[in-house]
Amino acid sequence: MTKNVLEHELVPKHEILTKTDAKKLLESLGSTLEQLPGITENDPTVKGLNAKPGDVLKITRKSPTAGTAIYYRAVA
Amino acid sequence: MITKKIDSVNFRFTSPEVIRSFSTIKVVTPDTYSEDGFPLEGGLMDLRLGVIDPGLHCKTCGARMTVCPGHFGHIELIRPVIHIGYVKHILILLKATCKECGKILLTPEEIEEYKQLLLKEETTEAAEEMTLQNIKEKSKKVTKCPHCKAKQDDIKLDKPTNFWANESQRLLPSQIRERLERIPDDEVRLLGINPEAARPEWTILTALPVPPVTTRPSLTLETGERSEDDLTHKLVDIIRINQRLSDNISAGAPQLIIEDLWDLLQYHVTTYFYNEQSGIPPARHRTGRALKTLFQRLQGKEGRFRHNLSGKRVNFSARTVISPDPELSAGEVGVPQEIAEILTVPEHVTEHNIKDLKKLIKNTQYPTVNYIIRPDMRKKKITELNRDEVIEELTTGYVVERQLIDGDVVVFNRQPSLHKHSMMTHLVKVLPGKTFRINDAAATPYNADYDGDEMNMHVPQSEEAKTEAKELMSVKKQILSVRHNQPLVVGQHDHVSGAYLLTKEGQEFTKEQTARLLSSIGIKSALGKPKYTGKEIFSMIIPNNMNLEYFSKKLAAGLSPEEAKKQKHDSYIVIRNGKIISGAMDSNSVAGSLLKAVYKQNGPEQAMLYIDRATKLTLESIMITGLTSSLEFYKIPEKTQKEINKVVKDAEKQVDELIKTYTAGKLERSPGKTEKETLEDTIMSVLNEAWKDSERRLEEVLPEDNHALIMARCGSRGNLTNVNQMASVIGQQAVRGKRLLRGYKSKSLPHFKENDISAISRGFIESNFVKGMAPLEYYFASMGGRDALMDKGIQTGVSGYLQRRLINALLDIVVTSDGSVRDSAGNVIQFAYGEDGTSPEKGEGDNAIDLSNYVRGTTVFEREEYREDRDLAVDIEIETEGFEE
Repeated sequence: MTKNVLEHELVPKHEILTKTDAKKLLESLGSTLEQLPGITENDPTVKGLNAKPGDVLKITRKSPTAGTAIYYRAVA
Repeated sequence: MITKKIDSVNFRFTSPEVIRSFSTIKVVTPDTYSEDGFPLEGGLMDLRLGVIDPGLHCKTCGARMTVCPGHFGHIELIRPVIHIGYVKHILILLKATCKECGKILLTPEEIEEYKQLLLKEETTEAAEEMTLQNIKEKSKKVTKCPHCKAKQDDIKLDKPTNFWANESQRLLPSQIRERLERIPDDEVRLLGINPEAARPEWTILTALPVPPVTTRPSLTLETGERSEDDLTHKLVDIIRINQRLSDNISAGAPQLIIEDLWDLLQYHVTTYFYNEQSGIPPARHRTGRALKTLFQRLQGKEGRFRHNLSGKRVNFSARTVISPDPELSAGEVGVPQEIAEILTVPEHVTEHNIKDLKKLIKNTQYPTVNYIIRPDMRKKKITELNRDEVIEELTTGYVVERQLIDGDVVVFNRQPSLHKHSMMTHLVKVLPGKTFRINDAAATPYNADYDGDEMNMHVPQSEEAKTEAKELMSVKKQILSVRHNQPLVVGQHDHVSGAYLLTKEGQEFTKEQTARLLSSIGIKSALGKPKYTGKEIFSMIIPNNMNLEYFSKKLAAGLSPEEAKKQKHDSYIVIRNGKIISGAMDSNSVAGSLLKAVYKQNGPEQAMLYIDRATKLTLESIMITGLTSSLEFYKIPEKTQKEINKVVKDAEKQVDELIKTYTAGKLERSPGKTEKETLEDTIMSVLNEAWKDSERRLEEVLPEDNHALIMARCGSRGNLTNVNQMASVIGQQAVRGKRLLRGYKSKSLPHFKENDISAISRGFIESNFVKGMAPLEYYFASMGGRDALMDKGIQTGVSGYLQRRLINALLDIVVTSDGSVRDSAGNVIQFAYGEDGTSPEKGEGDNAIDLSNYVRGTTVFEREEYREDRDLAVDIEIETEGFEE
């Protein structure tokens, strides 16, 4: 049961944004880290990536209309 | 422009000191007015608590009625009582702290640890909440104080306001207060309470605020009798008991009596705050009506929040019954002159319009001016006496409130406002009569009919509001539903029937009839031919650039594509250069594909024009062709009737056979079902098949010009099932999706044997509506009907509540200029609306972007050889006159 959830086919691709990329993202949105959608640090994907509070995850999802859709979540 | 912005809001408990400092007087007299009707000094209507009589001045601030906000007084409670709103907090505090020293029941090390945890910079609110919860949970279980070693009591709450220690000893409010007072500020913080804003002992009241009289005005009846507010009644009770308690204490009454009175005081104070507490009887008025106290004033649909703050009554609005008027555009609304004379639109006086406005003011009748507003904002009503003076006085900078005239922008609404099409902007058309008039196509999005429906109209007052309403909410811009990507502002019923009757194959009109039809939609043209087909006539209202081919959804129902292409039922529609080559218009054309294509290719204005012309033209044509209902339409040939009877009888026999097989134990189970379930399923499908069979046979024998069939075919109203029920067999009745089995033990009615599961005994109705039902059948039909009715009622309730919850949750979420979806605090919900950042309105079917326009350039119909000239001597010049704003 200790399989890495990130490898499961139903889990979309998660990656940690570099500090500079994260800063750029926030700048382009004109918002603060708190205003991004959150994800708890206990989330299996966060644990799998070894992400820390303050990190921003980039999630690339499959979408029936957009092809791929990109979503960002801040680890809280 | 924001001039002032609220940074934060703080809520705190009111301490007795604060209550006393608010207070202008100490209220001691348990009465309101003296014998001679003058407010008693020190009573609940003391003049220092504010003024509620016009003309009088406040004794505290000196202001007059509407200016003085009223002033608080207070009651000194002789014994402390628990505030009902804080009972839960008191319980937690008592359980978490020591009865002797008031410290939290945790070791000093643990306390220090938690303190550090809460001090940490990066702790989020959620983590903080967790820590606080931990402290409460942990300290609750400790039985011996780690600080002073005192043994702790087991505290129980006997709802609503009694606390017991170790199940036997009653904790009096005064004792509780003493305990709460002992908790040090530092430890209060650890329990998640800011001691500066809320000291624990403030949850036990020693002084009670008396709200100003303006909060509880008394009514004077016609008889001169005064009737006091519920709150005043309650306060009288409190003061009276407080007084009695005080007297008894000073007289040295036994403890038992004092405690009884104390409990009574607690009861009155509790019901003063909240009169629906379970466990205690609600305080009642002399008439037996439960009093409406503080909490009831705020709570629920009729409470202060939902009734007076979230929703308010508004000015510049009107409401009346609606009725249809096909002569109006769907973007217009007919407004009774009576209403137009009362509602006004402010018009700023400038050099450019002053002449016209003066002329308007001069009018003594309808289009005139009701008020003027001077530059100092003073409003003046125009009367016969001052009309000339006002005209003389009028200069730029004034505002004139003129009456509603044709072309004004109004927002029109019908409840329940479930989607954005429930509030749309129309242009005013002032008409005689007393009802609002709308084009029937505009009734569809409002879900309105004319059996007494009333609708509301609102008049935007600023240029900004008018523009916004016009640009965003106009009917013409709301034609397409974002939800279905289908037109919503569409003709129904007779419009659809009319369109079908007009355009069906072989329908021809004489020159005179054609002239009548065309003039109804304002097309003037020289007619060269002696006869015109309906298709030719309808083609005149389709824009020239339309090229479409599609199967009519309704007409082609049940047909194979090959059959349809062969034009069975006129069901394959080909439109080339705005001309109908083949096929007849049905609901899909009037209300679906064609209208949508017109909208997408030619824009809102042209779509609106098409709707207006189509509604008028189809109504005119149905008046020529005629459409009616007659018993004759539901009579079927004897031969067919016999066939259908046989089908039904055969099915019933088949059911009996099945039952025999089942009782013999020879019925084969279907997977996952018991034998009984299998039997039930098979019986249902056998009967249903027979019923469907009768429908097919019926369709074969009904003549093509049967009006009921026509309506079912073109989708205007009803379907073949309805016709079948009237003409041949009504069919199976069901309750909760199952055949009837309710009422008696193992049977549906006393007339049957127990466990009789034949078709007849379980609600299969062989008769039809024309013939009439047998008594038993009639009873079954009523059972099925009642079930359907109940279900409908429950469903609307459930979905309405769901809708409300959703709206409240999504209400302030917007798509911002950068394409992201955010709430009012700027929190990002989505980075692109719906992941793809596209509007569903602009898409087509499952595709986010409609590419058919680009592809269509290559379809056969756009090629050279198909570009022939039109036969009709008319070129459709789309006349926009009268439809532009």
